[in-house]
Amino acid sequence: MSLLSLSGVTCRFGGITALNNLSLDLPAGAITGVIGPNGAGKTTLFNCITGAYRPSEGEIRLRGESLLGMPPHRIARRGIARTFQNIRLFPSMTVWEHLMVVQRGGGLRAALAPLGLSGPAPRHRAEQALERFGLAPFRDRLATTLPYGVMRRVELARALTAEPALLLLDEPVAGMNHEEAAGVASLLQGLVADGLTLLLIEHDMGFVEQLCQRVHVLDFGTLIASGTPAEIRRNPAVIDAYLGVEA
Amino acid sequence: MISSYVAGLLAEIGIASIAALSVHVILAVGQLSLGNAAFMACGAYTASVLTVEHGVPVPLAIAVGAVVSGVLGLVVGFPALRLRGIYLAMATLGFGEMTRSFFLSLDATGGAAGYSGMQRLSLGAIWAWALPLLVLVLLAERSRLWLALNAVRDDETAARLLGLNTVALKLGAFTVGAALAGIAGGLFAHWHIFIEPGAFNLDRSIEMVLAVVLGGSTIALGPVFGAAALALAPEALRFIADWRLAAFGALLIVILLLRPQGIIDRRLLRALKP
Repeated sequence: MSLLSLSGVTCRFGGITALNNLSLDLPAGAITGVIGPNGAGKTTLFNCITGAYRPSEGEIRLRGESLLGMPPHRIARRGIARTFQNIRLFPSMTVWEHLMVVQRGGGLRAALAPLGLSGPAPRHRAEQALERFGLAPFRDRLATTLPYGVMRRVELARALTAEPALLLLDEPVAGMNHEEAAGVASLLQGLVADGLTLLLIEHDMGFVEQLCQRVHVLDFGTLIASGTPAEIRRNPAVIDAYLGVEA
Repeated sequence: MISSYVAGLLAEIGIASIAALSVHVILAVGQLSLGNAAFMACGAYTASVLTVEHGVPVPLAIAVGAVVSGVLGLVVGFPALRLRGIYLAMATLGFGEMTRSFFLSLDATGGAAGYSGMQRLSLGAIWAWALPLLVLVLLAERSRLWLALNAVRDDETAARLLGLNTVALKLGAFTVGAALAGIAGGLFAHWHIFIEPGAFNLDRSIEMVLAVVLGGSTIALGPVFGAAALALAPEALRFIADWRLAAFGALLIVILLLRPQGIIDRRLLRALKP
């Protein structure tokens, strides 16, 4: 069953067509990858799904419900969380505060309760995220002062504290070394084992092959191929547009 | 018994603290308001008319004044959603001057001649409002809701995409900030038992912002400390007679150069803890 489905999504800015008649389905509980050269429309796709942009045409549905015209915060509450290509953490906040700030539930009264007393649920969720992402040693540090790889993990952890059904990851291992990337890969596999659905944009083809069950390839806003990583590797159109001929 | 001079200073500090908190709450979402004297005026006139003309008990009248100011804050908050930084400061400044002119022309409340007839509140009554409000803001600062306000200030786009209703948060901050200024206005009116539009001019708005900037905006103790410092410094500098306002200005500049984040911040409080 597909969790998210896009049909005929087109997104134009002035004379530029950033996404052209894009249709795809995301199966629940799987990792789907989106690859393509720079400017292919990958981040635009994320921005359309999260409501940051409104597509010029087409339909986007989450569990059958249309997301078009919904403000971004409501889409997020429907169960879509994301990380950003350029890490976007809150400069004034500690790691712990990042894990508390986007949590929801409990209404205004719970939100107004002092952090120390705010009931077990939000704190428990934040503690779990600290553990899971190895952030406990950095709990009370300002997040933006931490090493790059740690900041990426804070972003990921923050997105998960909103308890999404679908997580959009925009280049989650960009700028990481192999060791760090492998760490993220196993974290992501753990999330999927817990029932989360992932859609990730990535340039590191090795990372995509290792993780994704299905890959979609964008070029100039058009979907040029979909398939398993192995099929994508052999696809002549993809080799032409993106992967190139292996030396 | 404390002298009436000291009582006057302490009352000023209490009122100015609430006024500074009104700027502090709005600043939590990253919005700078230079028009909070207008909300103060609105609270002052509303509460005064209620007590003088309709015999409403003072605390109730001040509460009603807070609600009226809060609603006005909500109304002003809508256009403010589209403005940031210097543009918002200009717009709120214009709103403040507009409100002052409104009361200047409003004959029903005496226009430029001012309005009087209120009962005088005691110093204790002023702080019976100021202290609980300070505690409330301090508690709110430890909540997830306050974190959400700061998220809007830090990165509004990210906050929205992560599921925070940034519009509601900004409007809410404006409404609560305006209501706080309204309370400060009601107390001001029933302490001085005379109000005139000139009491709520741009100087007053700037004083509120200055208290926050001077005291520090990371925690509510900062604005309160700033309000106290602003009230006391000119008094403490009386010994240099004619030069005291110039010395006061110089002192402000020196402090802001030394502590651009304001005098009080979380790090200082941690360091002071035994």
